Amino acid sequence: MNAAVAEVRQANSGPLVQIRGLSKTYTRGKQKLEVLHHIDLDIARGDFFALMGPSGSGKTTLLNLIGGLDSPTDGSLSVDGKRIDKMGEGQLARWRAGNVGFVFQFYNLMPALTAQKNVELPLLLTKLSAAQRKKNAGIALQLVGLADRATHKPSELSGGQQQRVAIARAIVSDPTLLVCDEPTGDLDRQSAEEVLTLLQRLNREHGKTIVMVTHDPKAAEYASHTLHLDKGTLVEQQRTA
Amino acid sequence: MKYFNLVWSALFRRKTRTIFTLISIIAAFLLFGLLNAVRVAFTSGSDTLAGNERLVVASRFSIMTGLPESLKGRITAIPGVEGVGHENWFGGVYQDPKNFVFSFAVDEDYLATNPDILLTPEQRQKFAQTQDGALIGEALAARYHWKVGQQIPLQSTIFPRKNGDKTWPFTIVGIYKTSKDAANGLDQMFFLHWKYFDEGNMYSSHEVGWYVVKLKSPKDADKVAQAIDALSANSDHETKTQTANAFNASFAKQIGNIGLIVEAIMAAVFFTLILLTGNTMAQAVRERIPELAVLKTIGFSNRSVLALVLAEAILLLVIGGVIGLGLASVLAPALAKGSGGMIQLPPLGWVIWIEGVVLMIVIGIVVGVLPALRGMRLRIVDALAGR
Repeated sequence: MNAAVAEVRQANSGPLVQIRGLSKTYTRGKQKLEVLHHIDLDIARGDFFALMGPSGSGKTTLLNLIGGLDSPTDGSLSVDGKRIDKMGEGQLARWRAGNVGFVFQFYNLMPALTAQKNVELPLLLTKLSAAQRKKNAGIALQLVGLADRATHKPSELSGGQQQRVAIARAIVSDPTLLVCDEPTGDLDRQSAEEVLTLLQRLNREHGKTIVMVTHDPKAAEYASHTLHLDKGTLVEQQRTA
Repeated sequence: MKYFNLVWSALFRRKTRTIFTLISIIAAFLLFGLLNAVRVAFTSGSDTLAGNERLVVASRFSIMTGLPESLKGRITAIPGVEGVGHENWFGGVYQDPKNFVFSFAVDEDYLATNPDILLTPEQRQKFAQTQDGALIGEALAARYHWKVGQQIPLQSTIFPRKNGDKTWPFTIVGIYKTSKDAANGLDQMFFLHWKYFDEGNMYSSHEVGWYVVKLKSPKDADKVAQAIDALSANSDHETKTQTANAFNASFAKQIGNIGLIVEAIMAAVFFTLILLTGNTMAQAVRERIPELAVLKTIGFSNRSVLALVLAEAILLLVIGGVIGLGLASVLAPALAKGSGGMIQLPPLGWVIWIEGVVLMIVIGIVVGVLPALRGMRLRIVDALAGR
């Protein structure tokens, strides 16, 4: 399937993410490498999407494009009606700050900051006062079940706890979209289930739209839809929940 | 201020490395403070207001070559001259050779030529009436806890008495204050009678070290100086007359161009500091590329990242620099005290502090700019992928 179109729409709302004819080509020296080829995809507001596929299939590249970390070579990419493919670096940075939360495989917390200060990081870009930032970070930590670990540094937390802090950091500025790159890839089964349950809760109870890259079919079961990519092309879409 | 915690935590992410870097910055700015104090000590006497109103007449050949006492009357007669006094270097030490005392044998008219020495009429009278009398500055009195009326033995490092004894007894008859414009160290002086010195020393020669001439107007300085030098032209005691400021400056230059020496040392120190701190900052940023990528991911702009890294470098320099200059502020007076007056280091003035803070910021920018540019330019997807 060269241009699979996945349309998942909820009643009375258009797609949050709308991708048309999206391509991404990297140039390494004289070589050109097309990583994504003419992708068409709609992701509805409030959906939980899992992106699967073998290594090198382009899933992380697609995720980076959706999250505004990279720009496409061709095609259009709109999130919440905004053409992010047309934005410059500065505009993209401001857009990411207000609209997207990121969760990485290796948590990527600041090792010298406490959990509380890590969660406060995105709020530094807002006009909130120090007290408000602290309060909001506390609420986010409470939501992920780590209020009692607020003063701990990442090295004093388990992998699962660190990932939950990373999720708190991702949701603290109340973004519409959560972008997760292998969020359970570095966790044991139990911690992975806790993290996935948390993501599912954020999706179902708080209406967060989540796009998650994973290798793990069990992780993908937590999502409402699963997309498979191969060699830069969408090959299959399944409704999983 | 809201980013301070972020900058501070990044700075002390590797505590040991940061502390060692801080120590080198502290050492550099400690040197900067102390060497600048040395430079000020050597040059401050060459730029006083009163220094332009006085001429110093010394031998054309060397300050160590004496001039005839008889010259005084002829200099006094020159139009434009208000008063003439003379000095001889005494070279005194108190009890121990390390307790050096800046001591000069002066005639009765000398004190009137120096308006920066503030004396009461009673002090002047007492000094004139006491053969072994000595007038001392406030700081010197405080250093050795000397009181008026106290008998003080000073050893001359050059001039023994007629009986061969190098110890000269003196009676302190006055402790003088100095004007606020006085040259650095004037409050450390010890003045004794020239007659007592000339008649009592083994090499009594009726010669004076140099004359100090008070002018009626500073505008006449060149004219009067030429007239004074003309008095001794083609004699065996030709003179060189210059303003007191110029004389002090040339006296300091006999030791060496202190300003140039200080600048050369500081250039070497700061060049090394830039290399060292620059390397530390580059390493610190290299290690934190993924963290900087995360900051950019969550919405920090390129400029914010640039500013954060620069702020980190500047903060490192400012912390080390302020501690270094603070230590210099404490050590300079302590060194002066410990040297027994041999080293006259003035307190670190606000000019040195301002120069120091400017240097800290400039060096911070210099060492931080390349790592900051690297942080600013990093591509998020490459950095997160470890490329």
